[in-house]
Amino acid sequence: MADLRINFAGIKSPNPFWLASAPPTNSGAQIHKAFEAGWGGAVWKTIGAPVLNVSNRYGAWHQGRQRMLAINNVELISDRPIEINLREIAEVKRAWPDRAVIVSAMVDSKPEAWREIVERIEDTGADGIELNYGCPHGMSERGMGSAIGQVPEYCERITRWVMEAATIPVMVKLTPNITNIVLPARAGVAAGANALSLINTINSIVGVDLDTLELTPSIGGKGGHGGYAGPAVKPIALNMLAALGTDEVVSKSGIPISGMGGIATWQDAAQFLLLGASSLQVCTAVMHYGFRIVEDLCDGLSNWMDEKGFKTIGEVTGHSLHRVSEFKNLDLSYRAVARIDQAKCIKCNLCYVACNDTAHQCIDLISAQGAVVAPHSYDVRSNGRREAVETRPQPQVREPDCVGCRLCYNVCPVDECIAMVEVDSGRNAVTWSELAQGQTPVTEDWEAMKDYRRQVGIDIH
Amino acid sequence: MEPARIDPGKALQELVPPLTAHAAAVEADRCLYCYDAPCTHACPTHIDIPRFIKKIATDNLRGSAETIFASNLLGATCARVCPVQELCEGACVLGADHKPIAIGRLQRFAMDYAREHRSYPVVKAKPTGKSIAVIGAGPAGLSCAGELARLGHKTTVFEKREMPGGLSTYGIIALREPADVALEETRMIESLGVEIKTGIEFGRDVSIAELQRQFDAVVLSVGMGSTPTLGIEGEEAVVDGLRFIEASKTDAAQLRVGRNVIVIGAGNTAVDCATIARRLGAARVTMVYRRSDREMTCYEHEYDFARKEGIEFRFLAQPSRVLVSDDGPVGLECLRVELGAADASGRPSPQPVAGSEFVLDGDQIVKAVGQNKPALAALPGLETRQGFIAVDDAFLTSVAGVYAIGDCIRASGAASTVMAVEDGKLVATSIHRQLVSASAPLEVS
Repeated sequence: MADLRINFAGIKSPNPFWLASAPPTNSGAQIHKAFEAGWGGAVWKTIGAPVLNVSNRYGAWHQGRQRMLAINNVELISDRPIEINLREIAEVKRAWPDRAVIVSAMVDSKPEAWREIVERIEDTGADGIELNYGCPHGMSERGMGSAIGQVPEYCERITRWVMEAATIPVMVKLTPNITNIVLPARAGVAAGANALSLINTINSIVGVDLDTLELTPSIGGKGGHGGYAGPAVKPIALNMLAALGTDEVVSKSGIPISGMGGIATWQDAAQFLLLGASSLQVCTAVMHYGFRIVEDLCDGLSNWMDEKGFKTIGEVTGHSLHRVSEFKNLDLSYRAVARIDQAKCIKCNLCYVACNDTAHQCIDLISAQGAVVAPHSYDVRSNGRREAVETRPQPQVREPDCVGCRLCYNVCPVDECIAMVEVDSGRNAVTWSELAQGQTPVTEDWEAMKDYRRQVGIDIH
Repeated sequence: MEPARIDPGKALQELVPPLTAHAAAVEADRCLYCYDAPCTHACPTHIDIPRFIKKIATDNLRGSAETIFASNLLGATCARVCPVQELCEGACVLGADHKPIAIGRLQRFAMDYAREHRSYPVVKAKPTGKSIAVIGAGPAGLSCAGELARLGHKTTVFEKREMPGGLSTYGIIALREPADVALEETRMIESLGVEIKTGIEFGRDVSIAELQRQFDAVVLSVGMGSTPTLGIEGEEAVVDGLRFIEASKTDAAQLRVGRNVIVIGAGNTAVDCATIARRLGAARVTMVYRRSDREMTCYEHEYDFARKEGIEFRFLAQPSRVLVSDDGPVGLECLRVELGAADASGRPSPQPVAGSEFVLDGDQIVKAVGQNKPALAALPGLETRQGFIAVDDAFLTSVAGVYAIGDCIRASGAASTVMAVEDGKLVATSIHRQLVSASAPLEVS
């Protein structure tokens, strides 16, 4: 059985799953319960500057009847008295010596304020500190949270203050509300941080109520952008995680990264590990279903690792990073076409309409007699189950015209019905980069491009 | 012990409950939104089903109802009475591996919304100055009249019964469609400007010659004739199944139901009669059929339903005599039947075995053995085909300017409400083309 234990920048935990700094880690009682359920660690909800909260603080994005593909919040850092938080942190750590207890912190941008909070956290016996440079609402208006994370120089300066004071591991939490995630990460590395974590929540407005015409949720008639998190943000988080893993400065530093942003299943978890995370933080899925989800996170991850032959989390971490590249390095001669498994096809024709309306018009409807037919071509007087089913044409890809765009594959509702099949393009492998170097005019001039295409046999219809 | 009194309203109340808004939304979300969907093809009126379902999913119920009405003015009736297993739902692509989408119930959800909010179609076409008479206010006639009105024609419907709606009002058991649904639907048709004159019998109160003089076209949608006679001794003590159903809809409290009821026949109407008898207190209901369960003409799901209602079946039995006492029938004498070679209907012919008489006890005997061909004596010169009115592709009869639709032309194939509705639509288009212009584009709203 796979070994799920981790040692993350010196912080040990029986599995890589930590509760992210958020409402689920608001109190000692909650974290006790979470640890009983099996969570490997918890990042305490940010403590620091005094705050007051509002009602209707959580909005959500639902798709159809699927609730909470993402949550949006304007909750601030902990509004509980700091003494109570610190006392409970100490109690939790004493009760759970094998779990990771990390404390998220955010105070005014003054060296003495940071020194004081670091010392008070260390007094609790906590395993580490996370610097909250990400909160995108409320705190940022007061010059904290993402107001720091968005300026690499501030990140570096404050992290240096903290590193001077801290004796336990310090993790810098990054905001995704920035053009280039690499720059604040490098700042953290330069300041000597022990670890990075990402992503914090994304600026967002969930919607407008179509009855009241107020923002959703409405806080006494007003609303504003809140922090967006949950399954819907996962691809954004993965991209930022990979950006750090492939950045020369960050990756060479060897700094470990705690990944988060939409982790809801063990599959999500495995993907974060493969792209460079060595610990994982979860919030929205827990807010949706409770602490119990950690059981399948661990169980599923462990089973998958066994199946794939991974013995430790360390072996998984970053395993797929070498697959991350840029467009210019992709093989322009790689060719795949879509193929529809007629035995599995239920003839919903979603591939047909997607291809013909919006992609490359290479799926045909074929009648039982083998002829290409137009949609809606049955006689108006034809009806009934049998006739509709028996005369229904079969969608079929016209492979020579298929550019392999993969849209049909994505819209097909049947598992493994459409496959993207690699076919020989008959051309030698070549990247844009190689073309730009070896045959510069082809990449700069349409006429040269035309000649090149003719020469290698690329026909675009 | 006195048996508990049965409240007929409750016993016969609509069987399928309406979907809740949440259930409808969940079901609507399940729809894949197929392109050129097979459900739409399978529907005789070709309602754009994925479109109306997606509108339920987006909470655009007004748009959903409009989508249905655009193809089928009698959507409320069809949502209840259509054999969806044989039509839209039977063709659903999710049927093979999952459950098909509950299209009928979703349609009813949208139609209930339309009724509650009076969100009905309106006439957008300019008046054409043409007028059309429609004989019979059943589904075919109402659909035809409504579609003609939408095209701008002045349309009058003549109905011999007291109430319009035809079988929807009188012949579909309340379990499937309460009469008020059909009557509200006729009011909706009237709101399009259609005039419905009830209590006027074609051929008695109004003649074809009169109609031809007053109207630019005449449409016959007279349905079928009466229930055929069995030709057996004691038949006068037998209750007509259609009358039985009618009474259950118009005055269920006064309907006399026996304790031990025999229903002769095994079609959908026979199942309906047996269901009513059972629900209104009969201790035992037996359906008697001269062929076997393989040849029954009722839908498979109706047969299943009947068995679950506790209705018994006596197959291969040919009624030969009604045994009658002073108080009414006491039993039905039958002959055992053997199945012989296929007859004209393609089914094995029933061969009564001489001397095999046996008696089924029963204090009420109901016959539901189909309907006679339409009575057409009122219209001389009308060509028929196998006893049904003969029409061409445009629904034109052999008499100039006279069209026919619905059950009265359906010599072959399944006669159903939705087919009648489609006939109404098609004949309206055909008349419009004929009267307004052969070349002008159709103004279908």
